[in-house]
Amino acid sequence: MNNLLIWPIAVPLFSALLALLWIRRSTWIGVFGTALSLLVVLLVGRQVVESGPIELALGGWTPGLGIALRADGLSLLMLLMSSLVSMAVAVYASVYFSKAERRGEFWVLWLLLITALHALFLSGDLFNLYVTLELLGLSAVVLACLGGSRESLQAALRYLVMGLLGSMAFLIGVALIYAGYGTLDMAALADAIEAGPAAWLALSLMTGGLLIKSALFPLHFWLPPAHANAPAPVSAVLSALVVKAALYLILRLWLSLFDGVVTQAAAVILGLLGAVAVVWGSWAALQAERLKLMAAYSTVAQLGYLFLFLPLLTALPEGAARDVALGALVLLALTHGFAKSAFFLAAGVIMQRAGHDRIAELGGTARALPVTAFTLALAGVALIGLPPSGSFLAKWHLLSSAFITGQYVWLPVIAVGTLLAGAYIFRLLGYAFAPGEGVGPSLSAGREEIPAVLLALIATLLLGFWASAVWELLPISAYVGGGA
Amino acid sequence: MTMSVWLPVGILLSSFIPGVLIFFQPEERHRLRTWLNLLGALVKLLLVGVLIWGVFHEQVFETRWTMAPGLEFVLHADALSVLFVSLSTLLWLVTTIYAIGYLERTPHRSRFFGFFSLCVTATVGLALAGNLFTFVVFYELLTLATYPLIAHKGSPEALRGARIYLRYTLFGGLLLMIGAVWLHTLTGGVEFVEGGILDQYTNLDQSTLRWIFLLLIVGLGVKAALVPLHGWLPQAMVAPAPVSALLHAVAVVKAGAFGIVRVIYDVYGVEFAAELGVLTLLGAVASITIIYGSLKALSQDHLKKRLAYSTVSQVSYIVLGTAILGPLATIGGLVHLVHQGVMKITLFFAAGNYAEALGIHRISEMDGVGRRMPGTTLAFSIGALGMIGIPPVAGFISKWYLGLGAVEAGAAAWVVPVLIASSLLNAAYFLPILYRAWFKSPSRPWPADRTAGCARELPDPLLWPPVTTAALALLIGLFAAAPYSPLEWAELIAGREYRQ
Amino acid sequence: MTQALIYALTGAVLFMLGVRATLLRDTLLPRLLALNVCGAGVFLVFVSLAYRGDSMPTDPVPHALVLTGLVVAISATALALALNRRLREMTDE
Repeated sequence: MNNLLIWPIAVPLFSALLALLWIRRSTWIGVFGTALSLLVVLLVGRQVVESGPIELALGGWTPGLGIALRADGLSLLMLLMSSLVSMAVAVYASVYFSKAERRGEFWVLWLLLITALHALFLSGDLFNLYVTLELLGLSAVVLACLGGSRESLQAALRYLVMGLLGSMAFLIGVALIYAGYGTLDMAALADAIEAGPAAWLALSLMTGGLLIKSALFPLHFWLPPAHANAPAPVSAVLSALVVKAALYLILRLWLSLFDGVVTQAAAVILGLLGAVAVVWGSWAALQAERLKLMAAYSTVAQLGYLFLFLPLLTALPEGAARDVALGALVLLALTHGFAKSAFFLAAGVIMQRAGHDRIAELGGTARALPVTAFTLALAGVALIGLPPSGSFLAKWHLLSSAFITGQYVWLPVIAVGTLLAGAYIFRLLGYAFAPGEGVGPSLSAGREEIPAVLLALIATLLLGFWASAVWELLPISAYVGGGA
Repeated sequence: MTMSVWLPVGILLSSFIPGVLIFFQPEERHRLRTWLNLLGALVKLLLVGVLIWGVFHEQVFETRWTMAPGLEFVLHADALSVLFVSLSTLLWLVTTIYAIGYLERTPHRSRFFGFFSLCVTATVGLALAGNLFTFVVFYELLTLATYPLIAHKGSPEALRGARIYLRYTLFGGLLLMIGAVWLHTLTGGVEFVEGGILDQYTNLDQSTLRWIFLLLIVGLGVKAALVPLHGWLPQAMVAPAPVSALLHAVAVVKAGAFGIVRVIYDVYGVEFAAELGVLTLLGAVASITIIYGSLKALSQDHLKKRLAYSTVSQVSYIVLGTAILGPLATIGGLVHLVHQGVMKITLFFAAGNYAEALGIHRISEMDGVGRRMPGTTLAFSIGALGMIGIPPVAGFISKWYLGLGAVEAGAAAWVVPVLIASSLLNAAYFLPILYRAWFKSPSRPWPADRTAGCARELPDPLLWPPVTTAALALLIGLFAAAPYSPLEWAELIAGREYRQ
Repeated sequence: MTQALIYALTGAVLFMLGVRATLLRDTLLPRLLALNVCGAGVFLVFVSLAYRGDSMPTDPVPHALVLTGLVVAISATALALALNRRLREMTDE
């Protein structure tokens, strides 16, 4: 049954090829391929839950020379998020691109993006990770400029160059690791890596590269234009999933592979950058005049929260408190993934109806598009971190870890970030629920509005009331090093 | 005992499910919406009846659900929850009837009644919360559910009021959450237990506990409208009358006051809190709020604004009763939680009726309104007299027990003057209204007379709610010693809180 | 060993020069060239790692990695150039 692991990668890959060959039926293939990917991810999930981590040596070559795929609790959670989000987005995109000339290109790249994401979450080999990162970056760039406008092309180019720079830094780190330990298999490395200048340099280079990709302040500048100018379904997956891939790798590196190398000082630096990102990103979101730009800046801020966890995680001794904090970090990442994709899809619905997304002119949205306005409100609740969303629980434990470790410096950051988030979300809702004709008179209901509201419900209800599943899955670990 | 698990959940769902269903109803399905509302309110009333009976006989009603490690969602019914649950349930029923009449033929009624039901769900959730975490969850949900109600009219004024409300309450909720998390990390979980839990943790630093107390009380004090955190309340007046009524009598300000009671009695323990020395400060703030609110009320000509400042003042009686050590003051504070609710909702219903029938918004326009609208004005008068503390209306009982409690605790020297001063001020801002209404004759035409040609002063759904609640205020004052009366119930709670 | 070290250090220097230019230049073409210099540096480091002394056969793994890396780098460069051309066409219109 081990070969089950190949399917989450193979299904979208073959669907992509099929869509390329049969471009007239690409919409159908795209939606069906995404659904099938979701199905195999669920099958993998069942096996992981029942019998622990799964490993697959590709082509029968043992890890070391060959490449291993591994699925454990963390990768399963990320896989579940990415396949659920991409399913909902695919349904939305089938309406969004129904008349577009370039829908064939979209679906091929879309399936390739899913392939890259799934491969990244399943890779157990550092070099393979580099390849998946590049695949992900390239497909994301092309998707981002599908809108075809000048701004989107410029933003995509900048996204591409920064992404390549990040990959290069990651790759030279990989080279240093190979020089030091003679292997790139992550399970072997988790045991082998010890503190030392070479390991430190490798970690810094790899982390630096990943920080560009995860848009941590001050390396975030490429994100807002790229995410705000892409077509709505693409923005949704860029903000919800693609940046999370880099974050996932940082977690793997910091907590499993290099857990002996990481120093508190380094973690505090990342935490401080995260803090600036929280405050600055939220402030910029509050100033934004366009809905999608606001959402993009909000992503910068939300990613900052995730980095606040790092100094807390390194300060906590291994044990229950640390496991709780790690679970909270993953829960926050998941909640943001669902909430932000819902938010972007809702923004897309509004943009198609109204022909613009200027926040100040959104009066009447609640009357013309009640389901979408409701989606914005629900997703907003999760972005602020109000109950019963998953991010409320995560924030509770974030605060709690700050108290346990005595790192009170993060408290005002979290407080200011929450209030600013409240301010920008309710500013939007104030306009959306006000009377007006900004989005036209049409009432709609149907395929384009439902996926977003489902995603928002997952973020606010499912990940709130059933969040303990996250903490139950995480201890299923394929890497001996740390808690992850 | 599955019943003991499902009853608290059922009480929540009896307003949550109708609320959600109402959102999806098209605007014109008036009859179905009314049925859903009333059915939910009646089912809730029935369930609460079972709950009262059970809690009185010391049955345990509890639901637990683990949301995250160390964070349990707990619904638990004790005597204190029952007091608040019954108040909210009863007044919700009355307010729903009133709102159906009041909002007839206005737009967005599905949205309004949906959020209205969610608001009550959050309030009842607060009452039933079995630990601090669950309390924080419902406290924030209440903020979310009331914001659209205040903004309901959609006018720039309404949006402004709602924005100010949101600013205050998000800030308060955040402080409450930080305080709750802090306490949580020190103790590993904060369940509400009669008599408090913190005196068992002898190793905790006292000054830390004082800081946490401050965070919690400031967080709760925003909703309880303690001075200087009361600024949102007069601004929230822009809401439709039923919302103001519910906001002032049950939902928001009461949630804050109820939270303060919870924190002092069931988390810190009133004796331990007195040892920490935090009660004196709270008592002082409450006294200042009582006097300040009354003084501000005196200078308002806008009827609803005067009532709003009166709420600022009156809710702090609850806080004052809580801040004085001793069972009698406790009884006074707790019973006022109910009494103030019943009386204040009467006043707001009446104010809504004046505006609806004759377009009266200002006190200076009320000359002679008593003869034109006798039922409403009678109800208003009973409520006002109760607020002043004139027997036999319910408000007298509260003030009497607060005074007795102050004497018992040896705090009479400052509490009694506060009570007397406040009662005089209450009289000073309510009696002139009654005088105008009953004894002056109309000096000019009503601002907007909408009742021309009607046989009675108002349609039934608008007239009967204030009359009913006024009668209730009179009855719970007259029969304060009867079994299951609010006073008896407050004595039951005080008995359980001071058991050690 | 020293010879391999020289190659590795050269690779590191190329990498750093590339990073510097990528960040400092503001037009696309020089940035793209810089990125390729960067990549060349990384690949040089990899190739120098493969050398395990005269008595041992060279390690095949880094070679395989470099080959894969080259393919990725070429495709990325091609994509960037294509995007840039598209952008130029739009500007000219």
